[in-house]
Amino acid sequence: MNPALRRGLTGLGVFVAVLEVFPRTDVVGRGYLPPFSSIVSALGRQVGEPAFWSALLDTLRGWSAGLGIAAVAGLVLGVAIGVVPPLRSLTASTIEFLRPIPSVALIPLAVLLYGTGMRSTVLLIVYASFWQVLVQVLDGVRDVDPVAAETARSYRFGLRTRIRTVVWPTALPYVLTGLRLAATVALVLAITGELVIGSPGLGRQIALAQSAGAVETMYALVVVAGLLGVAVNLSIRAVERRTLRWHVSVRREAAA
Amino acid sequence: MTTAPVLAVDHVRKIYAGGDRRVEAVRDLHFEVTAGELVCVVGPSGAGKTTLLRCIAGLLDVTGGEVRFEGAPIDGPPRGMAVVFQEYGRSLFPWMTVRANVELPLKEKRVPRERRAVLVRDALATVGLDDVHDAYPWQLSGGMQQRVAIARAVAYGPHVLLMDEPFAAVDAQTRADLEDLVRALWSRLGVTVLFVTHDIDEAVYLGQRVLVLSNSPTVVLEDVAVDLPAARDQLSTRALPRFAELRAHVYGLVQQAKRGARTVMADPTAIGRPNVYEGRTT
Amino acid sequence: MRLLRSTLTAAALPVALVTAWWLISRGSQSFFWPPLSDIVAELRPTWLGERLRADVVPSLLRLATGYALALAAGILAGLAIGLSARLRQYCEPVLEFCRSIPPPVLIPIIMLFAGIGDQMKVIVIVSGCVWPVLLNTAEGARAIDEVLRDTARVYRLRPAARFRHLLLRGASPHIVTGARQALSIAIILMVISEMFAASNGLGFATVQFQRSFAIPQMWSGILLLGVIGVTLALAFKLVENRVLAWYFGLRRHQ
Repeated sequence: MNPALRRGLTGLGVFVAVLEVFPRTDVVGRGYLPPFSSIVSALGRQVGEPAFWSALLDTLRGWSAGLGIAAVAGLVLGVAIGVVPPLRSLTASTIEFLRPIPSVALIPLAVLLYGTGMRSTVLLIVYASFWQVLVQVLDGVRDVDPVAAETARSYRFGLRTRIRTVVWPTALPYVLTGLRLAATVALVLAITGELVIGSPGLGRQIALAQSAGAVETMYALVVVAGLLGVAVNLSIRAVERRTLRWHVSVRREAAA
Repeated sequence: MTTAPVLAVDHVRKIYAGGDRRVEAVRDLHFEVTAGELVCVVGPSGAGKTTLLRCIAGLLDVTGGEVRFEGAPIDGPPRGMAVVFQEYGRSLFPWMTVRANVELPLKEKRVPRERRAVLVRDALATVGLDDVHDAYPWQLSGGMQQRVAIARAVAYGPHVLLMDEPFAAVDAQTRADLEDLVRALWSRLGVTVLFVTHDIDEAVYLGQRVLVLSNSPTVVLEDVAVDLPAARDQLSTRALPRFAELRAHVYGLVQQAKRGARTVMADPTAIGRPNVYEGRTT
Repeated sequence: MRLLRSTLTAAALPVALVTAWWLISRGSQSFFWPPLSDIVAELRPTWLGERLRADVVPSLLRLATGYALALAAGILAGLAIGLSARLRQYCEPVLEFCRSIPPPVLIPIIMLFAGIGDQMKVIVIVSGCVWPVLLNTAEGARAIDEVLRDTARVYRLRPAARFRHLLLRGASPHIVTGARQALSIAIILMVISEMFAASNGLGFATVQFQRSFAIPQMWSGILLLGVIGVTLALAFKLVENRVLAWYFGLRRHQ
């Protein structure tokens, strides 16, 4: 086993051991931080319950719906704005203004419009992740090699051909970066919406466990949320690597 | 008159060990530098020149033997030693102005403020940079950046100045100017200089002695005394027949080194015999 | 002339949008979409009176405290982890997990320890913001030039100077990236920790307005949160331009 992996596992082991031993001392009561083993057994009990699985499925559904809408909207608008320079300079300031508006500020509005259903949460997800995609797509389109663009123009490529042969390959790595950022943000907002608004999903289960004083279950669900985050990160990175095998940034990473 | 060596490289050996691979970079390096000398080190590329310099500077631990600076073994960069690196663009702090770059080591030496101002001004004037105190390094040309690095070393007031291929990355004209600057600084300040280069002309032109290294694992192939007049000039010195002879001699040695020679046959200044150096330093 | 034109281009769309909103919503009878004029008219009486002291200032103070603590902790830990390859290998999987936890789920956990007061909110903000700062700083510390490190050793920079002039400045481009990500997370956490459990604060008040169907006031709260987000982003940009002036200059010269 290579030393980096061994050290990583050691670190993980120490982390788990601390979580196991620390709650058994008098420093923190078990009511605040249950030992790791009882979190695991609570997790085991959760896995046996259909409510857990439907909550997990709801979270994934909200996440993918929001991310999908944001990705399509961000892509279409990004390319449309990006290939028309006047449009680009006209919208730049507006984008800079709208982007930093915290999406969670829209929670009261979402609740007013859609109640506590999943649509409220999806609205938040779309708003938050849309900007991540849009900004990256705009950067990607701007990065198009001027020589390639000139060549395409001189051969009188139509707009569609130009986008397909010149703009898209250049922008692709940016698009994927945007999707990666958006996927993480979307997950955060999915859980946030469920937690605060109470739309169905893991976040609501956590809130329910908290108000019922089921501390171990709450921790178990937080661990699930963390693992979900890890899974999203890893799978998006895998997609990125697969799609961009030909691209320099990936090749460089592989060489290093 | 016998002077104690300011720098003694005593049978230094360096092995890089990473994982289960061991690479012997330096096998047995042995030489001394007397106070006030200007010694050049040449060798084929990959001769471990930079490894040697980093060992002397205290940036790298030696595997065997030791380096002594003013009699004391080196473990870590000693006070009284300054280094000018090849990569001028990477050895100046890009977030500091030229003045702040030169001044920082003096602050760390707790030199009082007024004294610092004088030292910084003088050092920058000496290298011919009077009017760029407030510029950032990256706003200057490569040659000027290396002058700033030299000014920083000079202001630090070292006893020994180590230079690691300092002019390898500047253009030919600038290079000639900087070589003369080094000679001028050396004779004016009386500082001991150890100058590493891969350029044979540069080594012969600058040095009082030229140490020719073998390729890796490194030993000293020959210690060549440069008996050229002290006043050197880019045109007339390089035109001297003796310059051409020395140059040819060193060139021959470097060629032998490239072919993997560890000793020079029929030459008394072979490696590994301390008595040779005791004879030399009188 | 050029400046005038670019200003006009930048201002055109926002002005058009706000005007459109103003005109379309004028005389609106819809309960959920009150006229923009009503919303703006609510801003002053709603937020600049008693609520300024009771809600706005406490929110911003919690935000500032949490953000500052997260920066300090993230930078220190990030430098330590970035400088030691061994430490990095030990910590990597744990950090990967910690940063993947969606920060809002920490709110119920931290409530267990810290109740629902200021302390809870500050801890929530710190524990959500610290990761991007930490991970980016570690990356930045790794990226500090080798020759520059050697230079600092050769000239015998003492630990304080090494920290200030080499590590902090050398890692600053990465630190700024992390700090920017952390800022938007901090605002999110400020708002939702107040929405989830609080007795005062901007998020709390805005949700209260929504629950009591004080719609123009609710809209003014959303507007104010938006203004705060935009203002902080602008302030961040200003600080960034100052702190990284050398870096942008260096990049232009390459």
